[in-house]
Amino acid sequence: MENQHKILVLDDDADWLELSREMLTQLPSKPEIRTATSGKRALAMLDGESFRLLICDLKMPRIDGLQVLAIVRRRFPELRTVVLSALEDEDFRSRAYALGVDMFWLKTEMQGNLQMYLECLESLLGRDQDGGFRGIQSKSLMDIIQMECLTRSSSVLRITRGSLVARLWIQGGELTDAEAEGARGEAAFRRILTWKSGTFENLPAEPNRKRTIVKPVNALLLESAQAIDESGAGAADTSDQTVQVHRRTVWKLSLLTRAGAEFVITVPPEGQGVHEVMGTQAQTAEQYANWTRRTAAIIKRMGDAVDAGPLLHLDAKNQERQLLLLPRENKDFLVGWSLEAGEGLLEKSKKMVEQWDS
Amino acid sequence: MGLLEKIFGSRAAVTQLPSGSITVDRAGKIVSSTVSSAYPAHLLQAVAKEVLALLREARAAQMPLAEVSIHFASLRITARELRGGAIIFLFPQTALSPASD
Repeated sequence: MENQHKILVLDDDADWLELSREMLTQLPSKPEIRTATSGKRALAMLDGESFRLLICDLKMPRIDGLQVLAIVRRRFPELRTVVLSALEDEDFRSRAYALGVDMFWLKTEMQGNLQMYLECLESLLGRDQDGGFRGIQSKSLMDIIQMECLTRSSSVLRITRGSLVARLWIQGGELTDAEAEGARGEAAFRRILTWKSGTFENLPAEPNRKRTIVKPVNALLLESAQAIDESGAGAADTSDQTVQVHRRTVWKLSLLTRAGAEFVITVPPEGQGVHEVMGTQAQTAEQYANWTRRTAAIIKRMGDAVDAGPLLHLDAKNQERQLLLLPRENKDFLVGWSLEAGEGLLEKSKKMVEQWDS
Repeated sequence: MGLLEKIFGSRAAVTQLPSGSITVDRAGKIVSSTVSSAYPAHLLQAVAKEVLALLREARAAQMPLAEVSIHFASLRITARELRGGAIIFLFPQTALSPASD
């Protein structure tokens, strides 16, 4: 399992760690789950192994969560971080986000939103296709090198991508040397430019470094860009599509979270595509989707029999939740709400449905 | 009126929407009804049958429903599960009907 991600869960409560482990085993990508009961132990584990995600509690003895996050941000800038805390203080939330955490969840919200929590984690685990270098959003490595050269600076750029480390030597705005994956000079530079994401840091200049690159940096960048375009023309469409799909999923999840609904299932007519699920498990969603299809057929028969006009919506309730079925032009939407969701659910559901495919 | 009948022929066949409640047993038989007797019995029977089918489908999908409201453009049907049967309320919707949530 080469691509299996590792998640480290840090919490001083051993029972919670056990519970977390059980919950995280439900993640579709089946990551390896490791646990630590202290900040010190967690940092030692991060030093020794490569993790994709750290889930961290805030209130802990000796080194608290915020301290751990501050250290992690400095030492492991590629690591995704999630805070899972029982502290409902807005100040802690702000401080955690200021430290660059990717997500903040309250333990008290977990019970009702477990599926959403897991979907967010899964999204974080798979987010390395997004590209861009952390620290400078949406900027490619080419942009960063051009900036360094245009400002005529002298420095060493240390670029990290997972376990790979590369270095670029820039002297007075000119690229003088490169080193990556055992290669040096222009070959190393071309290799580095194929990296789509990672982190970089500026190290002090090394003016005495022997020069191996003599071509102007713009010429090298142009050559590399052409080579990348030629080799990746076919893959670009797929990659764009993946990013689009990912963005749409995040948008829909944020709609769901903002509205406070438990789940949304969209059900196209029989034989016209598959249902789409957000916020609940696939097996449950299948049952709901089938029920929605059959119910839509029953309602149509009923409406036709008594000349009641078209269906506007259906609402239903059982011991666990409230359901709203909203028919739309090319599919039906089933929205699930908890029993404590309060009033105005029809309006909230309609608003969410209108925005769903926008 | 004679003139209108001459122009439009016999009166249009408009069925009034049902208003009231019916109780249905688990076999789909209407046990009691407050709906006007002028309303066709076979249509009431059709509503009862479909409502029971809807509740049955929900049970089959592991999500038994205690109550369901179906909002058509001109009729609202609210049904409560009643030991395998159901009590069904029928409310014709007019412009003056209160908005429901």
